[in-house]
Amino acid sequence: MNKILLPLFAAATLLVGCVHNSTESALEVGSNQVELRQIQSRAFDTTDKSKTMRTVISTLQDLGFVIDKADLELGTVTATKLDGYALRMSVSVRPRNAKQLVIRANAQYQEQAVTDPAPYQAFFTSLSKGMFLAAQNVD
Amino acid sequence: MRKLLWTALAAVVLAGCQGGIPDEALALQPDSLERRQLESRRFAGGKEADILAACSGVVQDMGFTIDESETKLGVMVASKNREASSAGSRFAVALLVGGNAANSMDKSQKIRICIVVKPVPGKEGQEWVVRSTFQRMVWNSYGQLNRLEGLSDPELHKQFFEKLSKSVFLEAQKI
Repeated sequence: MNKILLPLFAAATLLVGCVHNSTESALEVGSNQVELRQIQSRAFDTTDKSKTMRTVISTLQDLGFVIDKADLELGTVTATKLDGYALRMSVSVRPRNAKQLVIRANAQYQEQAVTDPAPYQAFFTSLSKGMFLAAQNVD
Repeated sequence: MRKLLWTALAAVVLAGCQGGIPDEALALQPDSLERRQLESRRFAGGKEADILAACSGVVQDMGFTIDESETKLGVMVASKNREASSAGSRFAVALLVGGNAANSMDKSQKIRICIVVKPVPGKEGQEWVVRSTFQRMVWNSYGQLNRLEGLSDPELHKQFFEKLSKSVFLEAQKI
């Protein structure tokens, strides 16, 4: 009996560890803010904001996203992909210096922030193909 | 038996705290180009805003309401809520299999369409590519989300563009 109860009790205890005050989510910041920004950002050698945003939009469409919102002035695009899961992503385009734009993307998968570098790397690889420009890391 | 339980415990804990994003979610797939061609059509003449206006006419014809638009980027988003299965078919299932089965059936759905107009490179101001993408969310009678999916049926896009061709013509003639 104990052999069954013990693992169940252990599972329950560990899962309770996952519980936290849910309102804290509103102000949560990933483990390392600077690192997260680097993972989510790339610089491109162009200053054409409008063309860059149109490329971001068509790349998102190529990836199966449906656009939710787009704002040229603010430089933001938000889109959602539904494929048995919900993946929502915001992409912002801002001038970095006189010759470059910086593109930052952040994604949430189901109800979690995506903090793993690999999906962002895949996104910027897809975007580079559309931009005909290399994505450069941002320090 | 004990080993199995501990393995199950590990699985439960891992599933409880996280579930990862699929590797292919943000990578271009071999069928990306094919899908783009299926979802896109080229239109000549008019201004970008005229094409977008024609698009808004078509989505209104199809019963969608406009959610968002940004003319400067050629983007328009619209949606509609509709029944996913008729009340009659749910009643029939309830009679044959029981109420639980009927309630688990698709009941309502929200369909979203996004239209993006883009100038054809090298022919800015003369030719445009219009790309439409659809997706839907489906709920059952319990209000649970049953399905999340993109709609890529070629017939859907074909019909949309047939309607748009007429609408662009009507816009051009200002009817």
